[in-house]
Amino acid sequence: MRISLFITCYNDALFPETGKAVVRVLEKLGHSIEFRTEQTCCGQMHWNTGYLREAVPIIRHFVKVYQDAEMVVVPSSSCVAMMRDHYVKAAEMDGDAKLVADIEALLPRVYEFSEFLVRKLGVEDVGAAYPHKVTYHASCHSMRSLHLGDIPIRLLKNVRGLDLQPIQNMQECCGFGGTFSIKNADVSSAMLSDKVRNVLNTGAEICTAVDNSCLMHLYGSLHRQRTFVKTVHLAEILASGYAEAQG
Amino acid sequence: MSEVPVQHTQWNALDFPDAAKVLLEDSQTRKNVQHATNVIQGKRNKVVAELPDWEDLREAGARVKAHTLRHLDYYLTKFEENCVRAGGHVHWASDAAEANRIILGLLRRHEAREVIKIKTMTSEEIGLNATLEANGIRPIETDLAELIIQLGKDRPSHFVVPALHKNRQQVREIFQREMHLPELGDKPEDLATAARTYLREKYLRIKVAISGGNFLLADTGGMCIVESEGNGRMCLTLPDVLISIVGIEKVIPSFRDLDIFLQTLPRSATGERMNPYNSTWTGVHPGDGPKEFHVVLLDNGRSPILADKEARQTLQCIRCAACLNVCPVYHQTGGHAYESVYAGPIGAILTPQLHSMEEGRSLPYASSLCGACYEVCPVKINIPEVLIHLRGKVVREDQATLAGKFSLWNIGMQAAAFLFKDAGRLSMAEHMGLVGQKALVSKNGFIEWMPGMLSGWTQTRDLKAMPAQSFRDWWAKEKAPHAKSADDGGVR
Ligand code: SF4
Repeated sequence: MRISLFITCYNDALFPETGKAVVRVLEKLGHSIEFRTEQTCCGQMHWNTGYLREAVPIIRHFVKVYQDAEMVVVPSSSCVAMMRDHYVKAAEMDGDAKLVADIEALLPRVYEFSEFLVRKLGVEDVGAAYPHKVTYHASCHSMRSLHLGDIPIRLLKNVRGLDLQPIQNMQECCGFGGTFSIKNADVSSAMLSDKVRNVLNTGAEICTAVDNSCLMHLYGSLHRQRTFVKTVHLAEILASGYAEAQG
Repeated sequence: MSEVPVQHTQWNALDFPDAAKVLLEDSQTRKNVQHATNVIQGKRNKVVAELPDWEDLREAGARVKAHTLRHLDYYLTKFEENCVRAGGHVHWASDAAEANRIILGLLRRHEAREVIKIKTMTSEEIGLNATLEANGIRPIETDLAELIIQLGKDRPSHFVVPALHKNRQQVREIFQREMHLPELGDKPEDLATAARTYLREKYLRIKVAISGGNFLLADTGGMCIVESEGNGRMCLTLPDVLISIVGIEKVIPSFRDLDIFLQTLPRSATGERMNPYNSTWTGVHPGDGPKEFHVVLLDNGRSPILADKEARQTLQCIRCAACLNVCPVYHQTGGHAYESVYAGPIGAILTPQLHSMEEGRSLPYASSLCGACYEVCPVKINIPEVLIHLRGKVVREDQATLAGKFSLWNIGMQAAAFLFKDAGRLSMAEHMGLVGQKALVSKNGFIEWMPGMLSGWTQTRDLKAMPAQSFRDWWAKEKAPHAKSADDGGVR
């Protein structure tokens, strides 16, 4: 299958390792990968902060870039949630019937990374090895918008050597919420400190998720508190253990 | 009648982030709120899991409510006709002042000096208690939690459990002081007995009661109130005169629709399978219950919400407060941070709309959009969607002013939108960011301090510095040269 990656803006600039890991996993599974360098952002930050009109050209740009793609894979559940929950609404608000139709045609081919592996490819074991104690943070969008359920957990359980630790209150938000973490910095920090306490209580060395935005938030506090717990995107764990063989 | 002085409760004194900051420092309140919401939420999950058709019930409830809202004029006039036919009186109040005037007029006609009240959020919304007091009439709350709030000169922080932010010791102190009970114990029974003794005398003496209403039944002209303690039923049956103030969105087509809500409301609200007291009554009956019955139908900002297609679903709310109990923001701050009669996620969308966005403009931002409220709502109100719609309104209104247009937020978001329209621009900005961040990055490779509006992040969080090579740069260097097709793997 010819798979187009949508790496998203912050993964591109801040977490390039995640994108590289996605490429490695999908190539290992025998797919050909393309990256369309015209990609920018899904428009989530603008839309969610209330800059609705400003989000529309960003959405239009995304649709233009990926319109003819066979399959689009995105290593970020919140960006996929943005597309599924809000794109049509944004196009309708703009009164652009053509855009609505284009979005409806494109969205069935857009997948979050772990969802793509399990639901589309039917792969639960990618052959990875990662001998670490890991806990999984279920990001809000992965649960409540994409309904990923235990998909990421199933993938983690098949990683050799990985010791998966359950976390308390898995379903509660880490307090990031994009610009919420700045506009309501105090409340966001309070939510974060509850979440970090739960992460530390697991005794894991690594906290993983399908969203680097949550992980950036969690790591912000874990690092400030001088803990040794690291955050790693699920794709990077799934790309471990066979990287050398891949070259 | 002389001009009635109408008192408004003082809300919206502070923006949400500022009010939240104050409350976050109150560790006792935070502990009380987290404990209480966890207990209710746990019970709720258990009794909801018992129903295999829970999702169907949510769907049915949402549909009945949405249908009624689309034909609200029809169902309200039908309710009015049937209520009057059964011997009731129906009044229409377009705003808080009018509702207060109507109620005060009725109380004066009956020369009431005191009035007993059933817990009602609408009376809170119109500032009824303050108005009555200013006019020499003493309102007495009979709901245990409302009584605690009233005696403690506090404000409700939750609309099912208004005193949820108080623990038992705090309640005991309030009762001891206000009821003059030096010997009061601190067991739940002690407190309940104290309240019962205090209230019983009032039920038997006071002849006028004020209530809210959970449902108006259009086909019978009847009303329904659900409650846990039975205090409401005392108020509904003992006095001679009953005045109910109800929001216009509370009407449902038929008595039979109660079937849905009497299952979903108690489970969502208190984690009970059924409310201990479900009272339904229709008009007046000689020799049974009040001799005179009035309904005040309150608009107070609801019609404009109805006219807003995106936000209309706000009015489907049955005030179960499940969205508060599940909200991670509410868990941290409790209800007072919302500076509003209606707290939590529903308050964050309802309050700014009731006040035509003039007040509570910070409330649509009091959410991380985690979606827990939508998932739990028994009438499927998509609160995150409405929050975003309202944020859109706030931004548009801001941009219409000069100060708003030149605010840092607006400039920043416009600049980002400009970059996101074109990958070349974005990539250039990434390279510039690498240079720009140098001044901020500490020796350990992290940003520990940021200026201006970004400073909130670095109060408690570090930020990893941007890596030297972006994904797109890596791709161009490592992958693109080998790509099969030049057009989609293209090099910039
Ligand atoms: S919005 Fe939904 S969950 Fe919240 S109080 Fe209303 S009915 Fe209950």
